[in-house]
Order: sequence, then C-alpha cells, then structure tokens
Amino acid sequence: MSPAPSAEQQTRHERFERVWGNRPGWGALSAVNHTTVGLRFLVTGLVFFLIGGLLAMLIRTQLALPGQEIIGADLYNQLFTMHGTVMMFLFAIPVLEGAAMYLIPKMIGARDLVFPRLSALGYFCYLFGGLIILSSLFLQIAPASGWFMYTPLSSSEFSPGMGSDFWLLGITFVEISAISAGVELVVSILRSRAPGISLQRMPLFAWYILAMALMIIFGFPPLILGSVLLELERAAGWVFFSVEGGGDPLLWQHLFWLFGHPEVYIIFLPAAGIVSTLIPVFAGRPIIGYRWVVVAIIMMGFVSFGLWVHHMFTVGIPQMAQAFFSVASMLVAIPTAIQIFVWLATLWAGKVRFHLPMLWIMGFLIVFVCGGLTGVMLALVPFNWQVHDTHFVVAHMHYVLVGGMLFPLVAGLYYWLPHVSGRMPSDSMGRWGFWLFFAGFNMTFLLMHLTGLLGMPRRVYTYEAGLGWDWLNLLSSLGGFVMAIGVATVILDIVLHFRFGRKADPNPWQADTLEWAIPMPVNAYNFASIPEIRSRHPLWDQPELMQTIPAGEHRLGMIEDGRRDTIGSDAISGEAREVMHLPGNAWEPLVTAALLAGVCLSLLLKTYSLAIIFTLLVLVACLRWSWVNGLHPRMAPRDRTGGLPLHSRTIDGPGRWGMIVALMADGTLFASLIFGWLYLWPVAPDWRMPEQSPLSVWGLLGSGLLLAAATGLWWRQARGAVSMGGLLLVAGVGLAHCVALVVTTFDAGLRPGHTAHDSILAVVLAYLIFHSGLTTLLTGLQVMRVRYGYTSRTLPYELRVLDPLWGYTVGVYWISIAVFLAMPAAFGGGA
Amino acid sequence: MLDPAGDSAHSAAWLWWGMLGLLGTIMLVVFILWFIALRRAPAQTEAAAGRAARWWIIGGGLVLPMTVIVLILAFGIPLGQRMLPLPVAGGEPLQINVTARQWQWQVSYPDTGIRLTDEVHIPANTPVDLHLSSEDVVHSFWVPRLGGKLDMIPGHTNVLRLQADEPGTYRGQCAEFCGTGHAHMRFRVVVHDQAGFRRWRQEAR
Repeated sequence: MSPAPSAEQQTRHERFERVWGNRPGWGALSAVNHTTVGLRFLVTGLVFFLIGGLLAMLIRTQLALPGQEIIGADLYNQLFTMHGTVMMFLFAIPVLEGAAMYLIPKMIGARDLVFPRLSALGYFCYLFGGLIILSSLFLQIAPASGWFMYTPLSSSEFSPGMGSDFWLLGITFVEISAISAGVELVVSILRSRAPGISLQRMPLFAWYILAMALMIIFGFPPLILGSVLLELERAAGWVFFSVEGGGDPLLWQHLFWLFGHPEVYIIFLPAAGIVSTLIPVFAGRPIIGYRWVVVAIIMMGFVSFGLWVHHMFTVGIPQMAQAFFSVASMLVAIPTAIQIFVWLATLWAGKVRFHLPMLWIMGFLIVFVCGGLTGVMLALVPFNWQVHDTHFVVAHMHYVLVGGMLFPLVAGLYYWLPHVSGRMPSDSMGRWGFWLFFAGFNMTFLLMHLTGLLGMPRRVYTYEAGLGWDWLNLLSSLGGFVMAIGVATVILDIVLHFRFGRKADPNPWQADTLEWAIPMPVNAYNFASIPEIRSRHPLWDQPELMQTIPAGEHRLGMIEDGRRDTIGSDAISGEAREVMHLPGNAWEPLVTAALLAGVCLSLLLKTYSLAIIFTLLVLVACLRWSWVNGLHPRMAPRDRTGGLPLHSRTIDGPGRWGMIVALMADGTLFASLIFGWLYLWPVAPDWRMPEQSPLSVWGLLGSGLLLAAATGLWWRQARGAVSMGGLLLVAGVGLAHCVALVVTTFDAGLRPGHTAHDSILAVVLAYLIFHSGLTTLLTGLQVMRVRYGYTSRTLPYELRVLDPLWGYTVGVYWISIAVFLAMPAAFGGGA
Repeated sequence: MLDPAGDSAHSAAWLWWGMLGLLGTIMLVVFILWFIALRRAPAQTEAAAGRAARWWIIGGGLVLPMTVIVLILAFGIPLGQRMLPLPVAGGEPLQINVTARQWQWQVSYPDTGIRLTDEVHIPANTPVDLHLSSEDVVHSFWVPRLGGKLDMIPGHTNVLRLQADEPGTYRGQCAEFCGTGHAHMRFRVVVHDQAGFRRWRQEAR
C-alpha cells in the first residue's frame, strides 16, 4: 500500500477538485470533464446494449421454431432493423468513443481533452438522438428497411411511414457526436501529450485511437451525405436514388458502404488497442514488435477504405472491380495476422498471469480468429455469391463484431474497473459470466454458419419446416438465452463489486501506462502535476512517478487564476510548447444539443417553419458559445512571465488544429458529393445532362472573383495586419460574394424535383452558400472582437483559427465550378 | 448449397470444403500455439525473445497470410470465371427474363413468349442465362442448390448463368430484404431432361 497522502497533498487535492470538479446536483449536467463525459458515454452505451440485446432475444424467440407467428413480419422487420441500428450506432461506436475519451488524456498525461465542451455537446447529441430513434420503437413506427436502409425500399414510395425518417434524421443527429469525438481525439492525442511523449513513446492504445479518430473523420461523412440526400428525396421529392429522373439506387449502396466498411474497423481498432494494452501487462513484459503494430494499424486504416464493394459483390458490378476489391479484402488479413502474431510472441516471451481480463482476451482470440477466417472466405467472390445475405454472413459478422469488439471491451471493463471504483471485481462470479457467455455465443453462432450453408437467407421472419434448418435454429435460440444469462451475470458482478469488491492496491495489475499513476478512485483532474516522460513504459521505468505526481513535484503543480490548464506539446517530438487553458463547466453544450434536438424533431414532424426557427436558435447559441469560449477576458487572463506561453498567445494552438481536422471531415463530405455526381453521370440509366448549364457562368465567375478578393484581403489580415477596418472590408466583400451567389442560384431556376442533375446542383449550391455565409459571418464576429480588443495584432490567435476556413471556402468554390460547370461543358452535355 | 445440383453450386461447395480444411488447420495451429504460449516459461534473454519474435511476426504475420491469399485466389478466380455468363461455344444459351416485384417473380421466355409466375422451367445440362431486373425495390434471385445469387435492381439488368445437373424441382427464394413479404417470396425451378423440356414448352405455349 502507498503511504497515506500528506496534509499538503490533501490540500492540493481539494484545491484542484474545486477548479476541476463538477457542480453539485442538477449542476452536474453542465459537466464537461472528460472523466465524467466518458463514463456517461459508457453507461448510456451499455444501456443501449441491453436494449439491443433484448431485441435480439425477441428475434431469436420468433426464429426458434419454423412457421411461428409470435411476431408478425412488420414488427420483426422493425426489430432486426433496430437491433442492427442500436448495436452499431448507439452501442458499439459511442461506447468505444467513451472509453477513448476516458482513457486517452489519462494515458498521455493530460488533464482533459482539448475541447471539453465539444465532448459534452457530443454526449447530449448522442443521448437525444438515441432517445428519438428508440421512441419510434415504442410508437411501433420504427424504421423497418434494415439498418442499411437500401433504397428504393426505404423511399417514401415503399416506406411511406415515418420509420425511415426516424432513422435518417436520428442517426445524422447522433453522428454529430461521432465527428466531434473524432476531431477532439485527434487533436488531443497530437497536441496535449505530457512532455517527452514523442510519437515513438506513445502508448499503443493512443495509436489505435488516433487511427480510429481519423477513420471517423473520413468514414462518417459519406453516410451523413447519403442520409441527407435520402431525406431530401423522401421529404422534398428531390431525385438522387430513384431511377426515374436520373438517380440510381446503387449510389446509396456505395455511400452507405463507403462508411459501413471503415466503420467495422472503427469498432475493431480501439478494441484491438485494449488487447495490445492488456497483453503486455499480463505477460509482464513490453510488447514485442511495437513498430510492427504501428505499421499494421496504419495499413489497416488505409486498406479499410478500399473494401466497401465487398458488401456489394452480388449487385452485378464489372468483374475487374470485383477482382480488385476481392484482393483488397483479403489483404486486410495481413495487418490482422501481424497483430495476432505480435500478441502471440509477447505471450510466448513473457510470464503470463491469468486474471479475469485475460480470460476475455482468450475468448476474443478464439472467436475473432474464427470470424477473421470466415471473412477471408467471404472475400472470395464465387463463394460470396453463394453465401451472401444468408445466415452464414450473420454468423461471420457476429464472430467479428462480438469477438473483435465485445470480448475486448469486457476485458477492458474488468481491467479498468478498479480505476473508476477503487475496488477489484470478483474472480469467481466473473468466470461464471465469461463461460456462460462464451458457451452461449458459440452455440448460437457457430451453428448459424451451417444454417446459412443450408440455404437460409437473412432477414426472414419465419421459415418452413423440413428444410433442415429447424434444429439449428432451435439450438441457436437456446444459445442466445444462455448468452443473455452470461451478460446478466457480468452486469451483476460489476454492480456488486462497487459495494463488495476488495479495495484495490495502487496499480493493481502492475501496468506500465500513466493512467495508473492517478490515485484511485479516479479524481477530476487526473494529475496534480504533469511529469516529463522518458520512456514508452513510464510506470515500469520511472516508478517514482506514483509518488511524485500527486506530490506536485512536476509542472503545473499549482492552480493559477482558478483556471483549468494542461500542457500543449509538439505533435511529433512531444516537447512542451504551451500551457493550454481549458474551459470549465458550462450549459452551452446542453442548450445547443437541446436546440438541435428541436431541429431534428420538427423536421420529423415536417413542421418546417419551426425547424427554421430552431436552426436560427442553434446558430445564435453557437455564436454565443464561441463568443464566451474564445479569448474572452474571462478566458484569457494576463500573460505569464517566463515559462511556457499561454495557448492563446500562440498562432498554432489547438483551435487551429481542430479547425483543420473538422475541415478534413467537411472535405470528405464534399468529395462524397462529387463522387455522387461522377457516379450518376455515366452510370444512372436515366441521367440527363442539359445542353447548357442552367447556371449563369458570368454570375458564378463574378461571385467567385469577389470571393477570391475577400480571401486575398483576409490573408493579409490573418498574417499580421490586423485592423478593424481591414476585417470589415473582408466581411463586406464576402457579403457581396454571398449575395451574388444567392442571386445566381435563384436565377437558375433549378427544378430539383425533376432531375437528379438539378438536385445535385441544388445541394452543391446550398453547400457553397452555407460555407460562404458562415465564413463571412464569423469574420463579421471578428470585427466585433477586434473592437472589444479580444483579437488584435498581439492576439491573432482566433484569426489563425478562422484562417483555414477561408482557404477551404475558396477552394471548394472553384473546385465546384470546375467539376459541376466546366467538366460537363468540356465533355459534352446532352448525353 | 452443401448438396449442390448445378455447375456453379458444385464449384462453390468445393471452395467451401477446401477453404474449411485449409483455414481450419491454420486456426487449430494458432490456438495450440497460444495455449503453449500461456503455459511455457518466459524467454531467458531479451535477445532470444527478439529473435523468436521476428520469426513469429514475419512467418505468421506476413508469409502465412500471403501464401493463403495466393492459394485461395489461384483456385477461386478460375472457378469464379466459369460461373460468369461468358459466350458458350455453339450457339446462344437459353435466355429467360425474370422480373421481380413485391412479392412475386414474373418469368418470361423471349423465344417462345411463355409467361409464368413464381416458377422457372429449364432444361438439364444446358447453360441458361437469366436476365434479372426489378420493378420496385431491390430483390435477389437465388436457387441455393444450383448456384450463386444475383441482385435485381430497378433500372439495371443483371445476367445470371445457371446450369443444372439433372431433372428435379429446386427451391428458390429472394435473398435481398424487400419488405413485409420477403420471407414468403419463393419460387420453384423445375429442371426437365431435354425431351421433357421440349414437351413442356409445347404444352405451355
């Protein structure tokens, strides 16, 4: 046991808690602390997991015997749609994001994520969006076109109810949380590591999460775009996916799987990160082949974006494309195999201690390897044609997802429980839970491979007797219930441990990572002082940190000005560069998320005037948020003398990084839109390209020149020549550009209800108007801030945050002109 | 599909058993290695651990998956090629148009003008090209014992080549979720011998 904390340490702890702690009572809803928000994500996600599991039990009950009518076809379709949706969007991704939010700052020696209020916003968007989606199930109007929402089945013609709208709007709302977590984790990992943690020394878990976060940035926008387009088609009658008018249902499948496949790795990578963290600890030695793992992670991230078509081998695409995607799908086996053998080699060379978390890691290995191998089989096109959309795929997918995500997640849950509660889980009950779950899982899904091979398709609510599927389905259902008992046992074990668990020793598993230097149970500020790290395994190589950190012997050991701060560091070398002020508890995230929920609900109810009001309120809330969150006097006190500069005195702080990463997501959305255009143009059966573009060339060129001029003027402002007059001029020219663009748009007389060509142009123009308008508005806000003295020649920080947005706006404008105006002119209209 | 009765289905079943054997063996070996790794004494020195690790990672992480991929593709690609609707020597294969709608199958024979619902008649041992399309949502045409499936997508026509070994009746069903009636969207494929097919054609016309 560690010595009891000294009186001085206790005072320090109390002082830190006052600044970093949450408000009491209802005030806790204003909490932004990553520990709190991360745990909220985890608990909410587990509740959704139980709901999703309940749906699965209903599905298995219906399928237990042939020809049953316990649940009718319509309800069954809602159940399996919601099972997939809840498990993927409301459980797997948010829970892993939550785990990453909780762990990342603690592992890299920071006190919080760099955009704490953004994490809180993300949480509330997730919670409200999840509740909206779930409510449809209780009203029995849940989406029923599958979690993949294939058109035309999900279109207003074949799904006239509100079900699909719930899905499209609700999921898009939830995605806000994914994107914000993505931005936040990327910037935090790159810019807030404790001094000395160079990329070389970063814990593997941080590498995995960095890859996951970047994949979210590039993976989710295609789905967001697809959902928006489909909702426009459903609600406003625009044309994107219906053949009549020049759309193509396959465009939806491409956009969906452009997201859907990377998503599988978004789920797998953090879980593999847990495995790579736990195995070295329980083998009592550093992981063998750290660099191999990093290379494998990066390779996985890239390859996973080239596989989406393997979900579409049976739609009739050209053979060459099929061969390409088949090979690419198999190539994923290489980085996976590298990791598996790295883990094997580490265990081989180490002395293994077999505790409860290791049991779940073993379960992971067995189940995941099975799933991976059936994945190699499925990647082979001629075999895929046979088993695609059968229960074989259902079995494969559950082996990969449950094996690759749930098993490591439970291992991690048991491993980090003492961190949260200060107590150890029970070994015997935990073992019961594992074996019940493991046995039930294999009984359900191992047999399901055979069911599929015997020809049972997916998504049927019933089947005839005598096809050889009866006993298999019955056993699968029984296995499902055994699995459910296993889940209940694990949950009971975890709940009981909070009360009856043995008090945990400091660093109970003898781990090497920094989060165990935090006194247990966890506090609000993580580290009372931020140390210099000299090793990849800080707690093994610098064991004195366990005492010196809480004793305040390192940097930032004192609270200054009653503000939250942490160290900002160089993205590569990890050298300390600045002190970052972090915002504290705030109501803005909750208010903004509630207003966004208002937008979502009013769109659902098709009360569009209300939706516009809510949208304006969201805009006001966001502007106010940015006003009080930026270099407001409350946020930016006096300069420190000596030592590290405040982040607000630099020109390259976290805000600019966040802007750039967010624009990467935005750019992916735009690229997906271009993909849609270039896809429909040659492929859609009824596509019509008009002889001459309906848009006025002169209007667009003139507007574009104004934008270029505004950007040129801005460029000088952002690089030193800050003045109110100058910024006012920028905003004025920007406004003139916006007006010209809006006039050109309305002048064109587009008829998006008639052709896909006009629909896409309308979306592009709306996108451009939105960006130009936003950029101009934010520049106008800067005029005000210069006037108040928050921004100035000596305080150019905010201008540097806004800077990339100007570059982006002018970039997408001219790219749009090239792709949507010049290309059709060059390659011939009328086709 | 484990009881194949058509060319494509034979190939797919063959691929299944082959891959099961190969990948199943790999799986067992990996499991055994893990079991040993959990039990054995730790490496004596860091150098020994490093040497062993290189073997593990290069052998298991690179060489093994690449060999397996090459092997699977070497067998899989030619077999897949044979399933495609490539031109056959000596005349055009029999063409049958199948149009799906919620929730039935409209079958027509362009050469004879025969129209059927939820039933396809084909001759045995003869390649048949099914031209598949859909009137409403996405469906998928699948006869498990005869061969792979192919989606039926509005606005597109896909061609599926099937060839049955011997006369009989085979069960077919929609494999892409298509709404309320999906589970009941079935059809029959009746395979005749050559003489029987000619007879059926006479009667049906």
